[in-house]
Amino acid sequence: MSLLKEPDFGTPARAGAATIELTVDGVPVKVPPGTSVMRAAKEAGVDVPKLCATDNLEAFGSCRLCVVEIDGVKGTPASCTTPCRDGMVVRTQNERLGKLRRDVMELYISDHPLDCLTCSANGDCELQDMAGVTGLREVRYGSGVEAGANHMDLPTDTSNPYFDFEASKCIACSRCVRACDEVQGTLALTIEGRGFDSKVAAGAGVSFFESDCVSCGACVQACPTATLQEKSVVELGMPTRTVLTTCAYCGVGCSFKAELRGDELVRMVPYKNGGANEGHSCVKGRFAFGYASHPDRVLEPMVRNTLSEPWRKVSWDEAISFTARRLREIQTAHGQGSIGAITSSRTTNEEVYAVQKMVRAVFGNNNVDTCARVCHSPTGYGLKQTFGESAGTQDFRSVDSSDVILVIGSNPTDAHPVFASRMKQRIRAGAQLIVIDPRRIDLVRSPHIEAAYHLELAPGTNVAIINALAHVVVTEGLVDREFVASRCEDFETWETFIAQPEHSPEAVSEISGVPAEKIRQAARLYATGGNAAIYYGLGVTEHSQGSTMVMGMANLAMATGNIGRAGVGVNPMRGQNNVQGSCDMGSFPHELPGYRHVSNEDVRDIYEKLWGTPILNEPGLRIPNMFDAAIEGSFKALFVQGEDIAQSDPNTQHVFAALGALELLVVQDLFVNETAKFAHVLLPGTSFLEKDGTFTNAERRINRVRPIMAPRTGKQEWEIICEIAQAMGYPMHYDSAAQIMDEIAMTTPTFMGVSFGKLDELGSIQWPCNVEHPAGTPIMHEDEFTRGKGRFMETVYVPTSERSTRKFPLILTTGRILSQYNVGAQTRRTANVAWHAEDVLEIHPHDAEVRGITDGDTVALSSRVGRTELRATISDRMPVGVCYTTFHHPVSGANVVTTENSDWATNCPEYKVTAVQVDLIPEPLADESAREPVVAGGNR
Amino acid sequence: MSGGVPSYVRLANEIAAQFAHRPPAEAATAIANHMNAVWDPRMKQALIAHAASGATDLDPAAALAAQQLQARA
Repeated sequence: MSLLKEPDFGTPARAGAATIELTVDGVPVKVPPGTSVMRAAKEAGVDVPKLCATDNLEAFGSCRLCVVEIDGVKGTPASCTTPCRDGMVVRTQNERLGKLRRDVMELYISDHPLDCLTCSANGDCELQDMAGVTGLREVRYGSGVEAGANHMDLPTDTSNPYFDFEASKCIACSRCVRACDEVQGTLALTIEGRGFDSKVAAGAGVSFFESDCVSCGACVQACPTATLQEKSVVELGMPTRTVLTTCAYCGVGCSFKAELRGDELVRMVPYKNGGANEGHSCVKGRFAFGYASHPDRVLEPMVRNTLSEPWRKVSWDEAISFTARRLREIQTAHGQGSIGAITSSRTTNEEVYAVQKMVRAVFGNNNVDTCARVCHSPTGYGLKQTFGESAGTQDFRSVDSSDVILVIGSNPTDAHPVFASRMKQRIRAGAQLIVIDPRRIDLVRSPHIEAAYHLELAPGTNVAIINALAHVVVTEGLVDREFVASRCEDFETWETFIAQPEHSPEAVSEISGVPAEKIRQAARLYATGGNAAIYYGLGVTEHSQGSTMVMGMANLAMATGNIGRAGVGVNPMRGQNNVQGSCDMGSFPHELPGYRHVSNEDVRDIYEKLWGTPILNEPGLRIPNMFDAAIEGSFKALFVQGEDIAQSDPNTQHVFAALGALELLVVQDLFVNETAKFAHVLLPGTSFLEKDGTFTNAERRINRVRPIMAPRTGKQEWEIICEIAQAMGYPMHYDSAAQIMDEIAMTTPTFMGVSFGKLDELGSIQWPCNVEHPAGTPIMHEDEFTRGKGRFMETVYVPTSERSTRKFPLILTTGRILSQYNVGAQTRRTANVAWHAEDVLEIHPHDAEVRGITDGDTVALSSRVGRTELRATISDRMPVGVCYTTFHHPVSGANVVTTENSDWATNCPEYKVTAVQVDLIPEPLADESAREPVVAGGNR
Repeated sequence: MSGGVPSYVRLANEIAAQFAHRPPAEAATAIANHMNAVWDPRMKQALIAHAASGATDLDPAAALAAQQLQARA
């Protein structure tokens, strides 16, 4: 069934029981209080004509097409703005109403081009539909010039890479303006002028591209005409079929309708019933899918014996037999533990499961790790220690019930934009915001948003700050004693620890640079402001005490009773689309699927019986350990699934040395990425448009990824894994991705009730999904924690060893930008480069001035491990002494300067604190290749 | 490695720093437990050998943890 036309109820649904009873055109209907007559009519099966109304926006009442008659009410009120009353009798159709609507339509059409047959919205135009529905047969005023003054000569703004603004077709319904306001929360659009001169404008006298527009697509989706239209639709025509699938970018995991003509993808439209996004999108998911058909895609396997040889395109059979033979040869020569694999958060659960199974059952070791090692492994550790489950506690919807939102080390408007819009909606509705971040992120102050407190801490002092917040809670009598007594353990020990003077805001102020009173006020607000929720990102985890900080946040949430209901919780914002899933699937070297330790005999027994092979009871190598072992000589072969470790992992010199020391590197990826430069085998991967499987997002929501086309490489990635396993002598076979999920469900308690069939039926499922929760679990730890009692952990602050010095006096911290994603392999191959063509170094005006640096200068960024060059942007977003960059472009290679320092518990790199120096390079380099990063001790 | 210090030594010392507030024996047990939970056997063997060689660059609690690991092996 085509999903192209989703039902539109005209105005948003209202919460609560359906207690208001009315009749619409004789049809009885019951609705919750506050429901509009328009929506009630739709629920009664009656479509009321409309143009300015749509059900993701509050009613506006401007088009006057939705007028109705109501017994006992004078005139013809707009049904969109009229709330239902008990006993109401509504008529939506009669001669009088019909005439009113035709009159309105006449006015609209008199100032609208009549090029319907050649219009890009032909077949998907609500103005066209309403002309038909209202029975418009003539326009008495004429059309265009003959009708007098008109807007038909207004120019078309084509500045945005993805959509056009054809102003001549605008009916000034304000849906785009309201979508930018209510849905996205950017408020980039406005109605400029008065009366007849009213027109949509993106800022004051600038184009869409130059404006504050973030290209989320909400306005395009809201537009009822061709005024705001995807360029792809203008170019290719209206799509004819839809496949429901899941975005392959960040951990929000938005549901999209992939709309196609035949096998050609025309556009991605956010799915209104998507559990994570509820019809919203961002510039990446909505528009940046062109990489899947980019000419750089590798579609055939390639092999070479040595890195000095050119790549040789080979058949799948040859690539697989070469890989299998070399892996076995290396094991024979160097031991069972000399090979391993890295799984990817950009691949499906089924693909990840297959890789970890290959490692454990075929390689015969536990040398499997995932790219989550370098992002959220501390989340897994910290939440497991305290709550008993390595996952966030809430669904995204929960934020609608939050009264206080504490954002720590996360930049949602750039990294998780769709959830950020939801968060902003709640903040504009009255929730208080606390931001803990060295950098003044957009959330701190943006249109109609202002943080109550921004704790601008020194990088590396997270644990000190979280301890100080907890200290205030404990010493000012703000502990939720009832919650703690009934739900938690080890509180008294922790209470004694945290009450010590060294954790007081006054003491911590000297360490962190945050005024003590500000810490106290923030703590009081969090503890007493109502439902308080913590949202955090890599600014928490990518530190030498990432795991400690996660436990510190869990302590704070438990102490204040902010766990186990809507509006509260501790929520990791996952960077990539399947970080949660790749971790769930047993990618960590010490854990089998479902976070069960390899030393657990009962768990091993499940897999040993099913897989018919013993499983080692000792942890394998983590990614950094693999690198160390490769350099030391005991680790010789690595299979890398869909990750670019040469660009994304820290201390490039070390990574290059490790990759260069391997006897066999197998890379499975869409492109010849930076890692592939060290590879002997390149196995072409599938894009999300070709994959069949599931992703699990940051709220534990398992979503289907449905193929819109057959794999362009000829094989699903899990099939390749099975074939390598078979070539290595192990009988590994699945008929489908669904069969892999069946095995996951059969062996993993949290996935017990999950199947492709059930996902198709329910849309999505948040694990745990089991007998007690057959439809999934939106909010965890409601009655008791997964581990029984929530455990308070002592979180001693240990300063990082990475300090600013005379030689490296600044601290560099890294992050992301809205238009780019991770190492940029995907987004750099889309028009998104128009917004971010290169990584830049943000540097404080004071630090810039003393170095003679002005905006746009090329500067050298150096640390004790490497040096690179970037363009400088002067910015006061960071405090003096702190600079910032992104890591989306290999030409600048930000990770050339990041170090080997890592989280003590998980080895997650300390990306967020690197002592650096910044020096002006007097003459910008003309040759881009000369900007290649240099690692200490040599050039790559 | 970094600056000539084997990574397992650096990691062991970093873990030890997290438990420095506990009594030495208790800290050593916590360190050893953590290593058992997440360290590959070759890393543990290397640490045990390093500690047994009389190295002076190990935190005392980490050295004690290495002894515990050896006793459990």
